Amino acid sequence: MRTERIVLHFPKELVDKPVIVNLVKKYGLDFNILKATITPDAEGVMVLEITGEDENFTKGIEYLINLGITIQPLSQDVIWVEEKCVHCGYCVSYCPTKALSRDEKTYLISFDSQKCTACGVCVEICPYNAMEMKIFV
Amino acid sequence: MAKTIEEINEKIRQGKAVVVTAEEMIDIVNEKGIEKAAKEVDVVTTGTFGIMCSSGIYFNIGHTKPRIKLGGGKVYLNGVPAYAGYAAVDLFLGAAALPDDDPRNKYYPGDFPYGGGHVIEDLVAGKEIRITAQTYGTDCYPRKFLDAYITIHDLNEAVLFNVRNAYQNYNVAVNSSNRVLYTYLGMLRPKFGNANYSSAGQLSPLLNDPYYKTIGIGTRIFLGGGIGYIAWHGTQHNPNVERTERGIPKGGAGTLAVIGDLKQMTPEWIKGVSVKGYGVSLAVGIGVPIPVLNEEIAFYTSVSDEEILAPVVDYATAYPNREPDVITYVSYKELKSGEIELFGKKVPTSPLSSYPKARRIAEILRNWIKEGKFLLTSPSAPIPGVESGVRFKPFSGRELLGEVTSK
Repeated sequence: MRTERIVLHFPKELVDKPVIVNLVKKYGLDFNILKATITPDAEGVMVLEITGEDENFTKGIEYLINLGITIQPLSQDVIWVEEKCVHCGYCVSYCPTKALSRDEKTYLISFDSQKCTACGVCVEICPYNAMEMKIFV
Repeated sequence: MAKTIEEINEKIRQGKAVVVTAEEMIDIVNEKGIEKAAKEVDVVTTGTFGIMCSSGIYFNIGHTKPRIKLGGGKVYLNGVPAYAGYAAVDLFLGAAALPDDDPRNKYYPGDFPYGGGHVIEDLVAGKEIRITAQTYGTDCYPRKFLDAYITIHDLNEAVLFNVRNAYQNYNVAVNSSNRVLYTYLGMLRPKFGNANYSSAGQLSPLLNDPYYKTIGIGTRIFLGGGIGYIAWHGTQHNPNVERTERGIPKGGAGTLAVIGDLKQMTPEWIKGVSVKGYGVSLAVGIGVPIPVLNEEIAFYTSVSDEEILAPVVDYATAYPNREPDVITYVSYKELKSGEIELFGKKVPTSPLSSYPKARRIAEILRNWIKEGKFLLTSPSAPIPGVESGVRFKPFSGRELLGEVTSK
């Protein structure tokens, strides 16, 4: 079994086609949509958590790539700009997956990109602009 | 056994002064007792780093050739309007100023990506700032337009002058309504979904000198990474509030107006901020040394987070309507644990001020004093205390008849 969080970039001709459902039907993969948007130039962006057997997982990803979807690992997408961070800790309680956490002694913040689902709440609220979202630029 | 500031300064000069942070003082008093701590410790350093909206700079750009009189004209710095109501080339820029074309909250909640606080940070960082000005000509100041890049090095005086900083305690904000609120204390989730606070608690300057016995006009301080001074009590200074048994105000009370040379400051301690749905501001780092003159001061500086209570206020109803209602009081120890209990339910907490930075400021100030680089000052005059009768009045102007509007 394997679980991974990935970012899919759909070309505009695929935006109105059923795609994700085939991951279940054809490859028996479980999925959880963490975020989905269509950008103004009609490209679709989706953050997906996929779980399944190794072999099916690889086939499922191949299926997506063959359709013309670009795939990147999720961890690249939300970036903690440490030099801008003042370690106030404001973001910590908003982070739904505890990717942002605070050391109980030093009160310093750390960011675990593996836990991040790129929901973007930290990017929205950080007063110091220390969290950056890369997928929508 | 009382000490004087001059005696403490002599020890600092000789490198013999015992200087500790307000955090370290808690343990010292716990271990050794007040009497011994008062004898042994000479100075306690405090620190705070938070968003302080009533901040601003004044500066002088020097005279252009031919001369221009900016006073009475319009001046922008990177598109942010500066106040030009002085003479020819003196300007003031407030932290909360916004470009004319910023949509504010028309697209709610507004992002407020750039404003006065950011211009101040960029100046401190040595970046080029574009100044554009349009004014009227006179016989002695004929020029009407200016469009140029300036840096902090081009300025004559550049002075940070904050009219209200370092609030002595503050509200904890919650939201009873059904929708998300965007406030200066951050995003508040509906139905008491979170609670936000902003104070360094046990490290905060005025919480370590609750009756302003040592902190006064002229006190030399750490300001934005450089050396500054307390200029006056801050606006909205309100010493006459309910206090705990050990004198700690149970809500916002004293404030400080501070002044310092912007050219000494660094972007690490002076930062522009964008508060979603609210506006722009400036985060400022301040540290105040407290001379341990006697046992009473030693006692005050030993205050710890569990002894400081903050009022929980509903920013959906009570705060905007200026109602006095307080839901309950919680300690900074509870707030810093990451959750408080409200109506039998656990509510996550978020700080807006940075405790690690407050701690660092207290350490830097401690080291400056230990190394003999920073001497203490006696205040030239005290700031108003409880006995002064000073109270922060609500608006009492005579309003013209008309509707009182809400958002």
